[in-house]
Amino acid sequence: MYLCCHKNMSKKMTDNIEKIKELEEVVIRFSGDSGDGMQLTGSLFSDTSALLGNDLATFPDYPAEIRAPQGTVGGVSGFQVHFGQSEVNTPGDYADVLVAMNPAALKANLKLIKRGGTIIIDIDSFTEKNFEKAGCVSDPLKQLGYRDYNIIKAPISTLTRESLKGLNLDTKSILRSKNMFALGMVYWLFHRPLEFTQKFLENKFKKIPIVIEANKIVLKAGYYYAETIEALHPSYRVAPARIEKGTYRNINGNIATAWGLIAAAEKADLKLFLGSYPITPASEILQELSKRKDLGVKTFQAEDEIAGICTAIGASFAGQLAVTSTSGPGLSLKTEAIGLAIIMELPLVIVNVQRGGPSTGLPTKTEQSDLMQALFGRHGESPLVVLAASSPSNCFKYAFEAARIALEHMTPVILLTDGFLANGSEPWKIPDMKSLPKITPPIVKEDTEDYQPYRRLNDEMVRGWAVAGTKGLEHRLGGLEKMAVTGTVSYVPENHQVMTYEREKKIEKVVSKVPDIKVLGEQEGELLLIGWGGTYGHLYTAYRELKKEGFKLGFAHFNYIKPLPANTYNTFKKYKNLLVCELNLGQFANYLRLNFQDLEFMQYNKIQGLPFTVSEIKEKILTVLQEETK
Amino acid sequence: MSEQVVLSPKDFKSDQEVRWCAGCGDHAVLSAVHRSMAELGLDKEKYVVISGIGCSSRFPYYMNTFAMHSIHGRAAPISSGVKLANPELNVWMITGDGDSMAIGGNHFIHLVRRNIDINLILLNNQIYGLTKGQYSPTSLEGQITKTSPYGSIETPFHPGALVVGAQGTFFARSIDNNLKLSTRIFTEAAQFKGTSVVEVLQNCVIYNDKAHGYLTDKEHKEDRQLILEHGKSMIYGKDRDKGIVLDGLSLKVVKIGEDGISEKDILVHDAHTKNPLMHLLIANMLNPEFPVALGVIRAVPTETYEDKFYKQMEVVKEKSPIKSMQDLLHSGNVWTV
Repeated sequence: MYLCCHKNMSKKMTDNIEKIKELEEVVIRFSGDSGDGMQLTGSLFSDTSALLGNDLATFPDYPAEIRAPQGTVGGVSGFQVHFGQSEVNTPGDYADVLVAMNPAALKANLKLIKRGGTIIIDIDSFTEKNFEKAGCVSDPLKQLGYRDYNIIKAPISTLTRESLKGLNLDTKSILRSKNMFALGMVYWLFHRPLEFTQKFLENKFKKIPIVIEANKIVLKAGYYYAETIEALHPSYRVAPARIEKGTYRNINGNIATAWGLIAAAEKADLKLFLGSYPITPASEILQELSKRKDLGVKTFQAEDEIAGICTAIGASFAGQLAVTSTSGPGLSLKTEAIGLAIIMELPLVIVNVQRGGPSTGLPTKTEQSDLMQALFGRHGESPLVVLAASSPSNCFKYAFEAARIALEHMTPVILLTDGFLANGSEPWKIPDMKSLPKITPPIVKEDTEDYQPYRRLNDEMVRGWAVAGTKGLEHRLGGLEKMAVTGTVSYVPENHQVMTYEREKKIEKVVSKVPDIKVLGEQEGELLLIGWGGTYGHLYTAYRELKKEGFKLGFAHFNYIKPLPANTYNTFKKYKNLLVCELNLGQFANYLRLNFQDLEFMQYNKIQGLPFTVSEIKEKILTVLQEETK
Repeated sequence: MSEQVVLSPKDFKSDQEVRWCAGCGDHAVLSAVHRSMAELGLDKEKYVVISGIGCSSRFPYYMNTFAMHSIHGRAAPISSGVKLANPELNVWMITGDGDSMAIGGNHFIHLVRRNIDINLILLNNQIYGLTKGQYSPTSLEGQITKTSPYGSIETPFHPGALVVGAQGTFFARSIDNNLKLSTRIFTEAAQFKGTSVVEVLQNCVIYNDKAHGYLTDKEHKEDRQLILEHGKSMIYGKDRDKGIVLDGLSLKVVKIGEDGISEKDILVHDAHTKNPLMHLLIANMLNPEFPVALGVIRAVPTETYEDKFYKQMEVVKEKSPIKSMQDLLHSGNVWTV
């Protein structure tokens, strides 16, 4: 599948063979104005790399404004991709290569470039006027020590214009394709074929051939330009990763979540119903499921967050796998309805893609903001199951799992993902549908004699699901306290206590579905590194690197938050120090303290709307370990 | 399929003791719903009754059907979810002037706009009963309540005007003490495909007694009510000598036989016309200037949301190459290692 332009250049490439360096892994950050197409550029590079067999992780980092004022730092949109020939679990702390389409992009990312890294800038945009827009007193390039970086000042705008001279295109369209020039340069630098991107362009602009042609010309122009200029030598090669055999695709957390839900519906032999309201960064789940009418998925874009969850509750009463998706502010609005689903003991999945809070907070930025809200954010004693996904692709697994628990245990389940997982992508080994477990909700058969809505059917204390429309099972549900077994309204004081215990116990009993927590590395000793949800990649990489460097520590990462794995306490007890790292002020640490009051937990917290960096985690761990040896 | 079982109103009564106050208008509405369901002749399991919060929202507990007493204001989206999940169900939503005009106002207009096939019974007693006597969005200006001890200064909502404003397809009005009329209207509403809003003027014997007393006064009710029928002249009155005519862009009460007015000058009620202007004028007729219109004011058959919803799904299913989750997983860019 190697493409034509590679063949054409094969001689030249052989000439340059000695100038090719093998690299283990590389981090590239594409950045520019939010209208410069950096998200697309980054995605195309990632997809090409994935197709070549690299392992990778991506991190789109964009402003909340659709088009912030042009040329300003606030309007910079970035896309970081980390790819390598061995396991890649994070989008990388610092960039080896930065593409900066304007001075604002360079200014915004100065701190994120590795010493000695390569910076590709569109020198045409480095004008006094643009320095001013970016809020720079002078050329931000001057702030970089020249000797520390390999700076490529490419006249990207000029050359893009030049290469499209022959085409009858307006200036705006011409300049819009300059991202392809930058992409072409990066492709050459890392020996990537253009074929995939060319095909993508052909599909995307099927109806406007001139745009396909223009983009292809500019892509190649960038590629050849990079080859021609000496400054870019040597070029690099990152060999395919040694990954498990199988069929792969790239997937981000939101799509994986949507697909996990469809898979669960198929395995439960139910229709999937999503009642939702658009909210960043969760909208993509609603969008993706709206596309899936072909699979019989029903989506309803409600008038607000409350209506979103309420339509789902209605659908659950009528026997469907009912889901609502949202982010922090939306979860706040849904809380009363979640309480209703709890007292009615109906299956319901609530996907909460966490973002920086409180209030509107940081809509496009990530944070492990809502753990406490998920666990406790309702009036009354209102327990439910809380799960958290920990990588973009395992959002599939945990969405499936959330649906399985909701359906088999007749309870609402909150699945926590976050902005980092939702937008980040990675290659994913496609599961075989046959390998997924069958889901068997306790649906009551028609005309069941002596059907009682709140009779507990098994050790898990699950009640039966008498789907509206089933003959002989007419019954009333509601928000008022229920009489045990019969489910009629009851104000009997003792009954309220019985039902409160039953609801709490029922959730505790979900532990039968929760796998034991597995510790990586040391099984006892000085330090256990503890995390949950979306921070897995960074924590794992820090753990792996420290282990490689000879340090001794264990690492435990949680996906099941309520109930916690049965062996949690006994696992924790084996360590002298317990360090909980999370992107909030310590919500999981406090939850653990509540559960295990005789244990002490140390915390490491970051609340910047950004993921951890591997280096800051390592540094923290080393401080703890050194304290110990003192 | 199962043989047709003829059900009677009492088959729809649950075993729960009805806990509304003696003399509350809700009792009669409950009876009318039981009768109407029996009349409709569907299997019992096909009925689903959803309510929000308020006195009227206790309704589901007294129904021997699938039913849900939900949370304040949210019966509309819950009903919508039930209907979309299973369009074969006959969904009834029971709500009040607080539940649907205040906290659930947003859901109300969006339900009406979407035209999902739900029978919405709005019991309007112009007061908050369950919370013991505060004013509601339909309370009259000047009304003395616990939270308006010096008289309400708010402009009341007219549910009919809201339905028309939200491009609703069905609006009817009944009154609690006319069981026959309520039953007839409920049945017609249930048979209508689309969101059918029925406002029932209802008396709260404790907190707003005789709210509709002027209208229901035994001596004068024929002169104060206009019971509409599609295709019939808008003639009313004890002596059937009053009627409604159009005067410019307003309605006017006239006396037949006076000023040269004869029966043929009186407006004929057309519930099926798409143009909502006349329906708005009729719905907004207030005592004492006008008789209050009862009956089906507007019923314009329009394709329902769920019909469009499932039709679109079938079209997409037929065209798409993706037939299963396995297909979806392997669609687009995949590669094999």
